[in-house]
Amino acid sequence: MASIVCVFLHSFSVPLKDKKLLEVKLGELPSWILMRDFTPKGIAGAFQRGYYRYYNKYINVKKGSIAGLSMVLAAYMLFNYCRSYKELKHERLRKYH
Amino acid sequence: MNENLFTPFTIPMMLGIPITTLIIMFPTMLFPTPNQLINNRMITIQQWLTKLTSKQLMNTHNPKGQTWSLMFISLFLFITFTNLLGMLPHSFTPTAQLSMNLGMAIPLWAGTVVMGFRNKTKISLAHLLPLGTPTFLIPMLVMIETISLFIQPLALAVRLTANITAGHLLLHLIGSATLALVNISLFTALITFTILTLLTILEFAVALIQAYVFTLLVSLYLQDNT
Repeated sequence: MASIVCVFLHSFSVPLKDKKLLEVKLGELPSWILMRDFTPKGIAGAFQRGYYRYYNKYINVKKGSIAGLSMVLAAYMLFNYCRSYKELKHERLRKYH
Repeated sequence: MNENLFTPFTIPMMLGIPITTLIIMFPTMLFPTPNQLINNRMITIQQWLTKLTSKQLMNTHNPKGQTWSLMFISLFLFITFTNLLGMLPHSFTPTAQLSMNLGMAIPLWAGTVVMGFRNKTKISLAHLLPLGTPTFLIPMLVMIETISLFIQPLALAVRLTANITAGHLLLHLIGSATLALVNISLFTALITFTILTLLTILEFAVALIQAYVFTLLVSLYLQDNT
């Protein structure tokens, strides 16, 4: 009886590489990051998962609103601002640039 | 001021790598594929708009010309959404680059001309001479029509480039002029209103796409129908 309980307890612990980010303990974080799949296929898979996560949460719903699209456009604007910050910083209203 | 005016039109780089391809492919993220009969609101609106424009664009063609409808609709959507995304602040508009517009215009125009020459050689050659010209004018008119034929792709590309670039430049200039005149508040209201009007008119960059595809369409129309 006790051996059956021991087997069950072991099967409850998930191996490190399959854990989600929020379930990883802080000490295990570097090894978790290093175990991720950084091949091109893995990166493409990550982008695809991220895209569908956003799509299914905000757009592919029964009563989607303009917020789903405008969040994407706002992020695009922010990305372009960060990309051209080097030139934009000369256009600030300062006495000494 | 000299350097700042054209920096929005430089190739976007991130960490020294040009990311132009990524920015060109960004509008594809805004077009999800419909996989049900009744889809979500975004796909429904896009489907409705696409149906509207494709009917409008392709109903003047015979069935042979209508095989080009996928090409025309994708061209139209691409240019529309690239121009509209370029209206957002700080963004890069790929269609403001002449290289890209030439790359779109020359193959498409050449495709229509070659198709016309292959399928209806006599009629295509006959297009080089308008009806009812006096006999002694024929050589000169043939030359003029040939030149105007070869100018078509250049005109298509340069039209789109010049319109988008000029619009963006004007917006930058008038915007910075408004900022500079803010201390002299009498003119500020007038200039801001000019910016607003100009922005609205520039939103009709979408109308440019109409011009682009319609011009392309006219040449295809001539080759296939007549």
